Amino acid sequence: MAISVDSPTESTDLCRKAGYTYPFLSDPNAEVIRRYDVLHKGAGINGHDIARPAEFLVDSAGIVRWINLTGDLRVRARPDEMLKAASALSH
Amino acid sequence: MSEDLPSNTSPAAVNVKPRANIALWLGFFLSVFAFLSYIPIFVRYPSTRDMPWVNFLLFAVGLVFLFVGLRRAFAQAPLYGGKILGPILATLSVAALVFFCFTIFSLGKHLPPSTQAPKIGQKAPDFALSDTNGAIVTLASLLSTPSASSQPTKGVVLIFYRGYW
Repeated sequence: MAISVDSPTESTDLCRKAGYTYPFLSDPNAEVIRRYDVLHKGAGINGHDIARPAEFLVDSAGIVRWINLTGDLRVRARPDEMLKAASALSH
Repeated sequence: MSEDLPSNTSPAAVNVKPRANIALWLGFFLSVFAFLSYIPIFVRYPSTRDMPWVNFLLFAVGLVFLFVGLRRAFAQAPLYGGKILGPILATLSVAALVFFCFTIFSLGKHLPPSTQAPKIGQKAPDFALSDTNGAIVTLASLLSTPSASSQPTKGVVLIFYRGYW
């Protein structure tokens, strides 16, 4: 589930080009981004507000079980870290 | 006929053509390369990305050459040229180094602290956003919809990204 300020059309293009199969949601006014406190004010092109990279794993009861808030734009979550956290959910 | 001589040259030096001040140019180009090479080259490798030591090394060598070139231009004139060009190239190189440091070290602190983000154990805030088909998707619906294998969903990963890709 990917969330950004991009419009649905922009996300569709991105999905098609990059081959992503999971749903992309649009948060054009960064409302949900603010709710999750991942707003990066003025960091987008032309000074738009965008999201900072962040991942949240939420279990079926709606509780956050794993988060990744990278301290550095250049470092992203590794897939195996996320998979390990996800597989722990079934216990 | 009398010629106007530059005041800082002796008559005997008038006929010497100044050597090209290679050190100045070498120092300048090294600094420019140090500045420009980070993104295309060194960003790709973690060892040179987090602390761009190769770039700093290149800058250091470049500045050494510029210093040598400046010394030659002023202390050994008119054997070496570069009294005007030298300071210009050196200033540009130092400016490039300062700008480089600024972007590298301010980029790292560029991310907001996100202290109010949901922590482990807290309830994830609900949302209602439209997907690529225009349909509204809520967190509650995601968590209750069975997964592709018709098993109850164990959870969902929310990936926030910058966008504008």
